[in-house]
Amino acid sequence: MASLEKDSVSGQYTTGHEWDGIRELNTPLPKWWVYVFWACVIWAIAYWVAMPAWPTVNGYTQGMLGYSSRGDLDNELKLQKVARSQWLTKLQAASVEDIAKDKTLLNYALVGGKLAFGENCAPCHGTGGVGIAGAYPRLADDEWIWGGTLADIAQTIKFGVRNTNGESHVSEMPKFGADALLTKEQIDQVSDYVVSLASKAPAAGSLGEAIFAEQCVACHQEGGVGSKDVGAPALNNNIWLFKGDKEVVKQAVAAQVTAPKHGAMPAWSERLDEATIKMLTVYVHSLGGGK
Amino acid sequence: MNKATPNVTSSNKLYADTVTIHPRKVKGPFRSIKWWLMAAMLAFWHLAPFIRWDRGPGVASQAILADMAGRRGYFFFIEIWPQEVYYITGALLFAAIALFFMSALAGRVWCGFLCWQTVYTDLFVLVERLVVGDRSARMMLDRAPWTASKLAKKTVIHAAWIAISALCGIGFTLYFGDAFQTVREIFTLEASIGTYSAIGIVGGACYLLAGFAREQVCLYMCPYSRFQSAMFDEHSLIISYEAWRGEPRAPSRKGESFEGRGHCIDCKACVQACPTGIDIREGLQMACIGCGLCIDACNTMMDKVGLPHGLISYDSEANLFARAKGEAPQTKLVRLRTVLYTVLLAAIGAGMLFALGTRHTVEVNVLHERSPLFVPLSDGSIRNGYTYKVLNMVRKDRIYSLKTVGIEGASLEVVGSGQGKGAETELQVPGDQISTYRIYVNVPENNVSNIKTPLQFVLTDKADGHVVQSETIFAGPGR
Repeated sequence: MASLEKDSVSGQYTTGHEWDGIRELNTPLPKWWVYVFWACVIWAIAYWVAMPAWPTVNGYTQGMLGYSSRGDLDNELKLQKVARSQWLTKLQAASVEDIAKDKTLLNYALVGGKLAFGENCAPCHGTGGVGIAGAYPRLADDEWIWGGTLADIAQTIKFGVRNTNGESHVSEMPKFGADALLTKEQIDQVSDYVVSLASKAPAAGSLGEAIFAEQCVACHQEGGVGSKDVGAPALNNNIWLFKGDKEVVKQAVAAQVTAPKHGAMPAWSERLDEATIKMLTVYVHSLGGGK
Repeated sequence: MNKATPNVTSSNKLYADTVTIHPRKVKGPFRSIKWWLMAAMLAFWHLAPFIRWDRGPGVASQAILADMAGRRGYFFFIEIWPQEVYYITGALLFAAIALFFMSALAGRVWCGFLCWQTVYTDLFVLVERLVVGDRSARMMLDRAPWTASKLAKKTVIHAAWIAISALCGIGFTLYFGDAFQTVREIFTLEASIGTYSAIGIVGGACYLLAGFAREQVCLYMCPYSRFQSAMFDEHSLIISYEAWRGEPRAPSRKGESFEGRGHCIDCKACVQACPTGIDIREGLQMACIGCGLCIDACNTMMDKVGLPHGLISYDSEANLFARAKGEAPQTKLVRLRTVLYTVLLAAIGAGMLFALGTRHTVEVNVLHERSPLFVPLSDGSIRNGYTYKVLNMVRKDRIYSLKTVGIEGASLEVVGSGQGKGAETELQVPGDQISTYRIYVNVPENNVSNIKTPLQFVLTDKADGHVVQSETIFAGPGR
């Protein structure tokens, strides 16, 4: 080590080295910085001991305080549940009709229903109950297959459609074509008649009318007004579940009569609690078509 | 290696030491003006929140109030909503240009007389003087070793400072809620953490800035001193030393004649009186806050030696030169600069008055629902959903009739109103609230042929006929 040397300009000591005539001032780390550094080191060691820190082969070191962020979340969720429980008990106790009348309860149910709808129903029925033509009915219009009163909606949500639940809606339309109940020609005629029903000018006296009266009226009723009890859609309007395009409505009707498609829906009482189903009911009812 | 600390001498330090400035007590017109202004400003700051103004139920009856929870601002007869924050922008613009205007005319009157930093520093120095004594006593105390008496004096000073700062902080919080209630809550320890934090932050800032930072704020923190020269011209009033009259300076002995020398007796009264510790005889400088205390100090000395006032005066650069040349000084108020500032001030003021005078007391927001975009109903008609918000910005309920224009045969229905469908419907909007309605508009299918048809909502006040139109669209399947 070279001899200790003081720089004449700054008055500071140099490191004593010289590189091509350039010398460097000796500027040690500030003391406060060094103290903070060691404090951080000590803190880090204490942290490893107290908190979960190191990965092991099958897990990680738990730490003496036994903290886990999952546990934190758990606690928060529990607190949330407690906060919600007063509303949920109220909802549980009230009937859907009462909920619809009580403004504060209705507000809570609509918000909760919207969330539950987004999680459980929107994958098929779409956000806002927009539905998917040809597959899942639109819930925002005033046409219902299984009924649009609060009680009807609750029933459908609870037990679903054509599933394994004992109380689900079950009825199906016969396969008039596939099972050879009607000939292709007859199907063509009855399809013509059904389309005319929708245009509000029924083709009276046609062959189709006779076939309709014989085969379809039992479920779809006189004039095609439909029956909510058996889930027979109204045929006298322009809302078609299985085909929205008017140009091909007739073919669609024909296809349906030949070999009907049948939608299905889970029984939500098997998955959701009662309060949630009530919230869903008032929410669906509020989408625009509630009776 | 030798670990000895290298010698640090004053010549190789990066930063100059901060010398505590102990301004000497002066008497004179500027000092008096400053006392009165300080009293008036502090009185306003602390008393204004207690001025009452009837605002109806649910709001504090306070003339000046920033109601954060209710999201309203009140200033006497003016009430603004959050989206009307441009009134505050206007007020700030007005204030900035007023500051420029003031500077162009009369120099740094803001800094010297009106700035809270100056006012509170003045007050804190007053506390020091009342406890310890004038400049020399305070300087001696600073140098003295720590004794019980010094500790007692310093304790009293800091206790008084903290009390003043706490009051300052409390004063701040009173503008955000009912003043009487807030005071009661603060002293019964029932106020919110937010209130106490605000007192801590504002009061702490007051204690640090007026007690310790003082002129450092003006020199290093405040941008205004740095760009003041942009506002000045030769006719702006500044604190000026008449060098032609004062120099060459020399101490004066009693009875000695002032023949052949300057009038400055080099007593340094001006330097000792200065709250930023500068020597005004070096000319206009950034650190001069224009408080005029050196003028009072100098005039007092001039009286003692029997010379005329005004060796240091509140005058313009132009007049300084005029006097030096023996010409008559003249005040020139109308200059391009001052005219421009006046025009700007008038324009902004007029704009704000106009905006306030024609302020809409109702606002409407319409949102067309997008999921579903439209719904075909069983009777063949098409329905669109809208979220319709009415902001009723007065404290009384209003009854409106709502209809649509643009599509033949459209009928509307307010969801949950129980009024049913109709070409026109009634909305009852409670006062001082935002009311949100869901509205369905039904149109027979044949009346809309496009995917998108323009539609207007027309809201008419049934009492005074005021109409608000809002544009939106009606979506359909198209044909």
